[in-house]
Formats: sequence, structure tokens, C-alpha cells
Amino acid sequence: MTISTLTRGGAQREQQHCLRKMERVIIAMQDPDIGLKMRNQRLLITVIPHAMTGNDIMEWLIQKYNITDEEAGHLGGLLVQYGYIYPLKEPRSLILRSDDSPYRFQTPYFWTSSRWPASELDYAIYLAKKNIRKQGELVDYEKQNYNLLHKRINHTWDFVVMQAREQIRASKQRRKADRIVLECQEQAYWLVNKPCPGAFDVFDLGPERCNVLNSRVILNSSLLFFLLRISSVPNNSLSSHFLLSLSCVCSFMKFCDQYHQHDPIMSGCLPSNPWISDDTTHWTINTDLVGTPTRLRVERWSFSFMELLNDCLGRREFMTYLEKEFSGENLCFWEACEDLRHGESSKIILKVEEVYKTFLSPGAARWVNIDSKTMERTLEGIKQPHRFVMDDAQMHIYFLMKKDSYPRYLKSDLYKNMLSKAIVPQETKKSVFPFMRRQRHSSPSPAMVSQATEDNGKAKGAGPAATNSGTLS
Amino acid sequence: MCDQTFVAITFGPCDSCSENRPLMNLYIKTEPINYCSLCMEIMACQDLAGGETLNSLKAETESLRKRLEEERKKLHDVELEKVAEKAEALSALNLKTRRTLKGHANKVLCMDWCKDKRRMVSSSQVPAHPVFNSSQEHAVSMPTTWVMACAYAPSGCAIACGGLDNKCSVYPLSLDQNENLAAKKKSVALHTNYLSGCTFTNSDMQILTCSGDGTSALWDVESGQLLQSFHGHSADVLTLDLAPSETGNTFVSGGSDKKANIWDLRSGQNIQSFDTHESDVNCVKYYPSGDAFASASDDATCRLFDLRADREVSIYSKDSIIFGATSVDFSLSGRLLFAGYNDYTINVWDVLKGTRVAVLFGHENRVSSLKFSPDGTAFCSASWDNTLRIWA
Repeated sequence: MTISTLTRGGAQREQQHCLRKMERVIIAMQDPDIGLKMRNQRLLITVIPHAMTGNDIMEWLIQKYNITDEEAGHLGGLLVQYGYIYPLKEPRSLILRSDDSPYRFQTPYFWTSSRWPASELDYAIYLAKKNIRKQGELVDYEKQNYNLLHKRINHTWDFVVMQAREQIRASKQRRKADRIVLECQEQAYWLVNKPCPGAFDVFDLGPERCNVLNSRVILNSSLLFFLLRISSVPNNSLSSHFLLSLSCVCSFMKFCDQYHQHDPIMSGCLPSNPWISDDTTHWTINTDLVGTPTRLRVERWSFSFMELLNDCLGRREFMTYLEKEFSGENLCFWEACEDLRHGESSKIILKVEEVYKTFLSPGAARWVNIDSKTMERTLEGIKQPHRFVMDDAQMHIYFLMKKDSYPRYLKSDLYKNMLSKAIVPQETKKSVFPFMRRQRHSSPSPAMVSQATEDNGKAKGAGPAATNSGTLS
Repeated sequence: MCDQTFVAITFGPCDSCSENRPLMNLYIKTEPINYCSLCMEIMACQDLAGGETLNSLKAETESLRKRLEEERKKLHDVELEKVAEKAEALSALNLKTRRTLKGHANKVLCMDWCKDKRRMVSSSQVPAHPVFNSSQEHAVSMPTTWVMACAYAPSGCAIACGGLDNKCSVYPLSLDQNENLAAKKKSVALHTNYLSGCTFTNSDMQILTCSGDGTSALWDVESGQLLQSFHGHSADVLTLDLAPSETGNTFVSGGSDKKANIWDLRSGQNIQSFDTHESDVNCVKYYPSGDAFASASDDATCRLFDLRADREVSIYSKDSIIFGATSVDFSLSGRLLFAGYNDYTINVWDVLKGTRVAVLFGHENRVSSLKFSPDGTAFCSASWDNTLRIWA
């Protein structure tokens, strides 16, 4: 055997990781104590030693990893696909059958990780051997490869043919069982490394990733970063930076608990999950500016201030409440700042001026109440306006609303009415004929809807599913 | 839970050179100082007294790093799993493929949902690039082979995508199915290596991208101007995710250097860094509350990192899982973590208890991307077997 090991390409680290892990599994499987029990298999009239059945493999995997049949089958199938186990009957079909079909372990010499990439010379020798042994044994794609190689490495063709002949002669002198085993091993190796076009290719990886870039630059800046950050902070305040694990952990549990009912995967959704039942009622009753929201939605507004603001219906309700309290300008200011932060760069100066005129200048129409220090800083910043010039003021107003107006809103009649009016849709009973499916239609594209509202000049509760006739496609 | 916010001046006049620049907030002997990065480097180099070499500084950094680790360990007083024993057990999930979308002729590399909860955009290896609504609506031809990143604009009127062409381009979506969308394309971002991820920030006007050249960047869509760039990874940046927090100013990125970094959008600074993974970090996703994030890596594990405790709090792995995880997403409540792997399966993990809840089979090749719909009713997985599957 003249298979040579060429140097590996740099980007196949990920592949190597998996291959090493698979190899560990294989080695464990072959362990004399905890591994598979192998026996002799009869293949036609020859007896092949050290073989096992597909069933054995699956059972071993199930027992070792405590997994289900399906997963064991899947994992075993991958081991076969990557060439670590090969089938004796039907060698071209690289799948794991969970019956008594015989399989063998591939010899480490032929492992995917040690003989990669496969050399062209070796492939040529292999194909030549097959050709010489029996005319017409080469399959279509192999014939094509053979001809291609013949053209490409024509200068060494004599060597190729000579090697092929030598190897055939050497193999004839072996025992039949050994010969069959070696042939099977070699064939399995080439089936994995030069697969039939269209079949799974082990070496089909994504684009290359380089590993280490200009590390010197990074080292310098990260050094400085570390030094300055750590050495200038007094000893005991290091710990105060990081919250205790317990409180963090409890906060996760609290969050999961709170949102449990709202998670469609965990608790289902009412009336039914549109993807399962093809009934889009769930979406129509939850559109952005629907008349009567669902109870779950209104409840969610009480979880956090952010939830209220993120929901346009919630925000509108909150605005109504604030107007009643004569503090609506706070929310307007916050929205204007958000628009500034996330809007077009070209309109920044314009927007800053407008915000100043409307909210900050003395005697402004909708003057917002910010503390003097922040106001001073903001006014200074406005002289050279940029995207984040309103950040301090915005944060101040945000926390004002959050600590003051928001809790009062939740206790207000407005919110309580909303909650009591809110609908709780009935869960759809499963239909008698589960295979009868509703007709699916496309919903209107948001692009279309926004153009329509532009044309009409009206914005009557426009959302992506404004027309109620839109059902799921 | 306390409000983890503090006002830090991150952009403005530098204390030493008085120019308007992104600032780094430092404390020298408990005094806050705001220097721009240039002045900070100058100051640090001045401290390099005679006899101090880079090596000695490196040694000092190492000892400081060790001290930091020790301090961190002191705070590790309880495991997530122990506390989560009190949480109620999950009932069996009944997740099945509800739709299979077969419009691509080649590997599907990435997908994203539209805010209308029904549409999605997906990108693939060959130049055709459909926009789906369970029936293919548009297809955009791209002049590049691997389109590895795609994103839907919040308004639903545009998509952004890019890949081996090193660019991120924005395509406005129109109603006319026959119209050639490629003609209206607008090149927004330009990197020096492949584009691995992109996402719109809260509006259609800004895009955040990450690239194989080791940087992430924030761009203005209208003018194509670079607003901020983020340097700190020492290898390809493979993934990013925006924080859902109230102040909405940070994002997390993961790269081939096995690290996951948290960045401040305004100043461009690297605020926190996590490097416990043993291989490339393929995907990062914030926990719904914004206090933690999960990452998927080629070392076949997914991990949960807490931002306030500044450490990894949970590992999701199993002996029988050998292949790398390519993508993760949380269910709406954050109780379940869904991860797609290179062994064609999707594993569902209980975030709190750390155990595996289910394994989903169905794809016939690697799962390249996995995302939940905005309302959490279903999730979509994209795979190299040329299909997308919607599970619920």
C-alpha cells in the first residue's frame, strides 16, 4: 500500500475535533472488556473474523450513552458514513442497518483522520487495480475519474500500472479471508474519500476560517486594557463588580416562571398554534393595533416597563394615561430621542434642533422636566450635535417614567379596565378529521401594506395583516 | 434585580486632548477619568519606566489575570442546576416538522424571520436567494457563491445579505415578483474578508455586521458610512446578537478565537469577555431578559454565560453528541434552548436544569441556522440538505 500522508490544510481543525471524538468511540467499542463482542461472520463461503452485526452496534451505543434507538441508529449511521465502520454485504451503501448485516471496524491505517487528503496517485493505483482485475468493474463515475487521472498524471502512468500489478500479485499470495478483508477495507476507504457525485461527501466543509490574526496588535491593546482596568481599581471593589451567583440564578428562574404561560412551545397558544392547526386566529387576535387585546398580552405589560413600550397597543394606552396626568410630553420626548438614535445620519442635526425646540428650550411647548445637571450637559452637547447627544436626558426621563408613572399606570382604572375587557380565546377542539386541512393563503406583504398606507395617506390601524381575509399560506 | 445602569460618558471631549472622541472610562486611584483611546495609550506607555519590557508587563498581566480568576471563583457559590432542582419538571414536548420549504437548489446557510411572524428570508450557497412565505415570493441573484448572512429589516420592507463578497447589501422588497431586485441593490458594508453575520438594529437605518477579518462594524444604511467599528477578536468573528435590554446599547459577538465578547455600541469598547469554550464559537444568542447569553461551539457544547456574574453558569453537553453545534435560540420564556448541530439533529435543552429534553431528527445534512419566530409560536431550521423546516 502506498498511501502517503500529505500535510493538512489549516482550516480543517473542526473536522479533526469530531474525527478524534469518533475515534475515541470506536476505540471504546473495540475494547476487550467493555467493547463489542465480535465473532466470525460467514460471507458466502469464506469466514471473516472480527465482524459484528448492525444490531450489536446499536445496542452497544444505546447501553453506553443511555440514548434511544433512533439516536443510536443516527450516531451509528454517522460512524459508517465517516468510514470508521464498513458494511460487508452491499459495501456501496454506507448506512447502518439495525439487523444482522455484518460490519467490520476499519483499520486505523485507513482512518479518515490519518489518511487525509487522499493522494491522487493512490487513487489512480486503486482504480487501475480494479480495472486490471476485472474489466468493467469500474462504475461510471469511477471510469470518469480514471480517465481524468490518466490525463492529469500521465507522466507517472507507467509507475501506476506497475504498482497496481505488483499489488495484485502480492495479494494473490494471501489467504482468501485476508484478501477479502483487505479489499473491503480499501474499497470502504475510497468510497468515503472519493464518493459518488451526489452522495454525501465527508469533506464538504464551509469556507475556510483563519485562526490567528494580527495578534501583536491585539496583545498590546488588551494588555493595556487589562492593566488599566484592574490595577487601578482598589482590591476589594473587584468583587463588588460582579453580582453573586445566587441572585443571578434566581432571576433566571423567576423570568422563566413569569413567561411560562406566554411561551407557545411550553404552554401552547390559544386558540391554537397556527403552524399546527392552520388556523390563523391566533395571529389575527394579536395584531399590533387590534381593538380588544388578549388577556395574556395585557398581563404581559405588567412584567416590565420595556414590555409595555415594545407593544404598540400598550404604548398607546400608556400615552393616553400620561395625557390624563399631563405628563405625556415625557413619552413623546423619549420617542423623539429613539428616533434620533436610530434614524438616518443625514437628519441628525435637524432632529436635534426640533427636539430642542419642542422639549428643552425655556418656554418650550412640551417642556420636559430634567434635573439641572443633565440639562446643562445636554445643552452643551447640542452645540455639536451627534446621534447620542440626548442619551443622558433620555435615560433620565425613561427612569422617571419607569419608577413613577409606570407603577401608577398598572394600578390605574385604565389598565384594570383593559385587563377585564381583554379576551381569553377558547381553545379549539381538535377536529374529528385531523387530516382535513384548511386552505392556506398568503398574507399581505409588509412592503405592500406600507406602500398602500402611503398611497392612501391614511393609517387606519395598519399592520402587516391589516386585511382580515389574509389567512396562512 | 437591580437596575444595572450607570451613566458613563462614552462620547465627548477627552480630558487630555479635548477632542470629541469615543471615550474610555478609567479610574485612577478611584478618580474617574475620561480619556480617548489615543491619549490612554500614550499615558500607559509613559508608565513604561526604564527597565520594564513588554515581557515584564505580560508577566504582570498574567498574575493580574490569575487574581481576577480567583476573585471570580470566590463568588461561585451555587450552581444553576442545584437551585433549579426546585423548578418544575417539563412535560414531554410534541415537536414535529410542520412545514418543509424546498425552494433552494443548494445548501441553505442562513435564515431570518420577519416581524410579521410569518415571512422569512433565507440565503444559500448558489446565487438564488429566495424570500419565503411558505411559498416562494421573491428570488434575488447574488454575484457570489456563499451567502452566509441574511437579515430582515424591522419594517419588513428590505433585506440585507452578504457573504464571500465581503460586502453587506440591502435590497428593498417590492411587490412586483418579476422585478429584478438585484438592480435596486445598495452596498452598505465593506469588510476585508467574508461577511459572517448581519442584523438591523432597531430601525431600517443601521446595520451591524461581523466579518472574517476579525472586526464587527455598525453602518448607516443611507450613506453607507461606517459609524463605529469594534476590534478585539484575534480571529474571524462568526456571529453576533443585539441585546434586548432597556438601554439597548450592547451586543455580543463570538469568534474563531474561542471567545465571546460584549461590546458597547456607542464607544466601540469591549466591555466583557468570556473564553471558556474549547473551539470556535459558532453562534451566540441573548437570553430573553438580556442578562445572559448562550453560545454554540464546535466543541459540541452550548454554554450559558451570565453577564452580571461575569461567568459561565451552565454547560449543555452529552457524551453522545460528538459534532459541533452551529446555532442556538431560546424559546420565548427562556426555559428551553434549541441547538442545531453538524450531525443533522436539533437538541432541545432545559436551560435551568441543564438536561436534554428532546432530540429532533429530520434533516439530512448539517443544520446551519435555527431561529424562533418573533412571537415564539414556531422555530425554523435551515440545513445543508437544501430545505428549511418549521417546527412547532
